[in-house]
Amino acid sequence: MTQSITIAFSLNGRSIQVAVPSNALLIDLVRDRLGFKGTKRSCDMEVCGACTMLLDGEPISSCTTLAVDVDGREVTTIEGVTPAKGLSRIQEAFVVHGGLQCGFCTPGFIMAVTALLRRNRRPTDEEIRHYLHGNLCRCTGYTKIFEAVKSLVGDEFNEEVA
Amino acid sequence: MRPPSFEFERPTTMTDAIRAVTEPDEGMFYSGGTELLLAMKLRVIHTERLIDIKSVPGLDGIAQVEPHTIEIGARCTHSRIEHDEIIKRCLPALSRLCGNVANIRVRNAGTIGGNLCFGEPHADPPTLLAALGARLRLVGASGERLVDADDFIRDELETIREPDELLTHILVPIPSGPVTYRRFRHGERPSVNVGMMWSLDPGAPTIANARIRVGALGPRPQPLAAVEAVLCGAPVAQAGRLIDAALPAALDDLEVNEDRHGSAEYKRHLAGVLLRRNAAEAEAECEELRR
Repeated sequence: MTQSITIAFSLNGRSIQVAVPSNALLIDLVRDRLGFKGTKRSCDMEVCGACTMLLDGEPISSCTTLAVDVDGREVTTIEGVTPAKGLSRIQEAFVVHGGLQCGFCTPGFIMAVTALLRRNRRPTDEEIRHYLHGNLCRCTGYTKIFEAVKSLVGDEFNEEVA
Repeated sequence: MRPPSFEFERPTTMTDAIRAVTEPDEGMFYSGGTELLLAMKLRVIHTERLIDIKSVPGLDGIAQVEPHTIEIGARCTHSRIEHDEIIKRCLPALSRLCGNVANIRVRNAGTIGGNLCFGEPHADPPTLLAALGARLRLVGASGERLVDADDFIRDELETIREPDELLTHILVPIPSGPVTYRRFRHGERPSVNVGMMWSLDPGAPTIANARIRVGALGPRPQPLAAVEAVLCGAPVAQAGRLIDAALPAALDDLEVNEDRHGSAEYKRHLAGVLLRRNAAEAEAECEELRR
């Protein structure tokens, strides 16, 4: 029989208390039980970055994170960084610079870029490339994504909007 | 894909963790899960119980413990080590290595101890830690022991750690000379890597001792003993020439797995290139120190 464990955590600022099987993955909890479908699953092996969520502000692969491990912590998904109306500045930059085509990788990129710019408002070109190395996009060829991020460097960064 | 079901335990002391991993039946220690959960999802590893060690205190610190030793808690993530001030000051090559493991998400979750205990040949830390002469502290029900990083990985995905032994700390002697690490990467893992450490004679531009480890080619990091021997006692300025002369025979002695990342000949060539670049960097660093 699978063990059930009750966890309490913050999801996009909202308190959640839920009983989960010990082997439940964070991505399944968030998408299937809690209904936030913005996060995407692709490679399922921590390589592609599509499932990126922030755990206490730092990017993790939700496809390979146990739900029980977010007990007592803060989880942020793409829904948590998207304003009720319109787009965040990072999302806007992706649109303006054509940093997406099919859009499947975009939530993961937005989460990674959010974490990068919160940690470092003026990343160098090399720092941007290095930080985003683990997010894969099969459409854009990365140049447009890079330009989108580059346009935000040094921007007065507003955590509320981002 | 979700891993098969297991019992999850969260002990809060090391004694309880070590007891929990053997009773009532065999379980596995768990922390970051970046390797273990993947293997469980792929049904390559099966365990009835995961013993989460994240609530065991004392395993995630970094401190200078003796005048010349840095102690790294096994549960430190790669990101934690990358950004640590002591590591950046005393072991900058290890900080850079940790800042380049896989990707940002793996670095935030994966731990140095987990990386070592998995015994994955295509990994960054084991090669440099062996070159640095690091020792690993294992604590089990019958006491603790210190083992050389060189002896820890026995074979592919296999270490000398007993199932009820917890890797608690990594002890790294603070180097007295240049430390260099380079890798050639396929995807996110190294297909060849080379770590090198020189100890310098005080006051003279001479290499007192050299340690070179080549990783990812065989099941575990291997020393380049013939090259190490010619460097001992050699003037720094001669290092490049001596390495060139000793390298072909030394590379031939390496155990090399041919796989989709290349032939044995190709991989030996890469190891030689990485070593020469390491040596050039080390020489430049010595030059810098003399100024």
